[in-house]
Amino acid sequence: MLSAIQTVWRVFLHAFRRRETIQYPEQRAYLSPRYKGRIILSRDPDGSERCVACYLCAAACPVDCIALQAAEDETGRRYPAWFRINFSRCIFCGYCEEACPTYAIQLTPDFEMSEYRRQEMVYEKEDLLISGEGKYPGYNYYRVAGVAIGGKDKGEGADELPPVDTRSLMP
Amino acid sequence: MLSEVGYSLLVVFGVLLAVVTVAAGLIWYERRLLALWQDRYGPNRTGPFGSLQVVADMVKIFAKEDWIPPFADKPVFVLAPAIAMVATLMSFAVVPFAPNIQVVNLNIGLLFFLGMSSMGVYSVVLGGWASNSKYPLLGALRGSAQMLSYEVFMGLSLMGVVVQAGSFNLMEIVEAQRSIWFIGPQFLGFLVFVIAGAAELRRSPFDLPEAESELIAGFHAEYSGIKFGMFYVGEYIGLTLISSMITTLFLGGWMGPLLPPPLWFAIKSFLFITLFILIRSALPRPRYDQLMSLGWKVMLPLALANVAVTGAVVAATAG
Repeated sequence: MLSAIQTVWRVFLHAFRRRETIQYPEQRAYLSPRYKGRIILSRDPDGSERCVACYLCAAACPVDCIALQAAEDETGRRYPAWFRINFSRCIFCGYCEEACPTYAIQLTPDFEMSEYRRQEMVYEKEDLLISGEGKYPGYNYYRVAGVAIGGKDKGEGADELPPVDTRSLMP
Repeated sequence: MLSEVGYSLLVVFGVLLAVVTVAAGLIWYERRLLALWQDRYGPNRTGPFGSLQVVADMVKIFAKEDWIPPFADKPVFVLAPAIAMVATLMSFAVVPFAPNIQVVNLNIGLLFFLGMSSMGVYSVVLGGWASNSKYPLLGALRGSAQMLSYEVFMGLSLMGVVVQAGSFNLMEIVEAQRSIWFIGPQFLGFLVFVIAGAAELRRSPFDLPEAESELIAGFHAEYSGIKFGMFYVGEYIGLTLISSMITTLFLGGWMGPLLPPPLWFAIKSFLFITLFILIRSALPRPRYDQLMSLGWKVMLPLALANVAVTGAVVAATAG
């Protein structure tokens, strides 16, 4: 009986505590930069797409919400002809970001994606592609990759040695 | 003559309107208070401080489909929520809100109140039985056993007041408290009545008939729409009723300095409404056998001892 009265009194004292609620539309909770929210496709420092359409994100996706079609331009550079994410299926697990070899696909701290029509939850490439570099500024996949591409031959990448002439190697 | 009838009608409809409005407003009041004691805000979007939440809820509940389960006993199923509201509203007929605001001045007003609050058990039993499914039946069984056993010492706890006032008339009981409120000499009776009142209301911590965690919603699990709304508002009318009865019987009713009598009555009643809400936010629900043993082994002897001692003291001082 005494403990019951004590409980009631302690609950009453909560009237003078600070309230924990965050009044959402006016106040917002802090979301860390690595929060797993809306997915974007980022660009190189020189403004071209980072995505090389390797399909690794689509393969890593546990709910199969990513679909894309690879294409190649005249210089031999790969890019996605179209890139589609169905956000009504996406579970924001971030596996696509982990799988991506070029830092192209990234998750951002944004979750306000409600729509009235389900069809609008399907984001096309122009909805996904942003103009900036996202979380990895200064990174350019083709500058560090050892592949020959239009305007850059083998051995011309950053920190890259000239290719070895395998035929000149004598014992 | 005509003006007398007019005044009576004014009192009847005024009391009805006031009680139902207060009961509906209590839904918002309780949610805000519970939130305050749980470090939250509660409903604060619709209207100033969320006070129009009840209106929104009412629009929703009126617009809902009025559905009766095909396996239910239809006439009884419809009757039960009506009993819940009518039985508690009837009790307000004898509550003296002020010296001249009382619907009917019965000389057995207190007995009328006890009788009407006992009628409330029919809403639980019939609602649970007519639903014709497992959990409502279990809730109704618990409800009837709980209310019947708490009814016993609810009545007994008030006999001390009756002995001291020498009347069953609620107006005379209020008048008898001019020198000292009965909460002083009848403190034991007051405690027992508050606990029995909470049990009679089926409010937490005595909400075993509806126990969300084990019986879903107990006796009204099958109810929806406006019928559920009547059970819901009926519970708050009951809360208002018990609080105004505590005020009338133990806190001197409408008596108080400076402020007008109805305002004093409202202040005292709201004090107890708040106390009941505080108790709800703090205490867990006891097990069923704990509830019964508390009732029969602690509360009943306490109430009996209170009546015996009060009777002895009154007889000694009178003789």
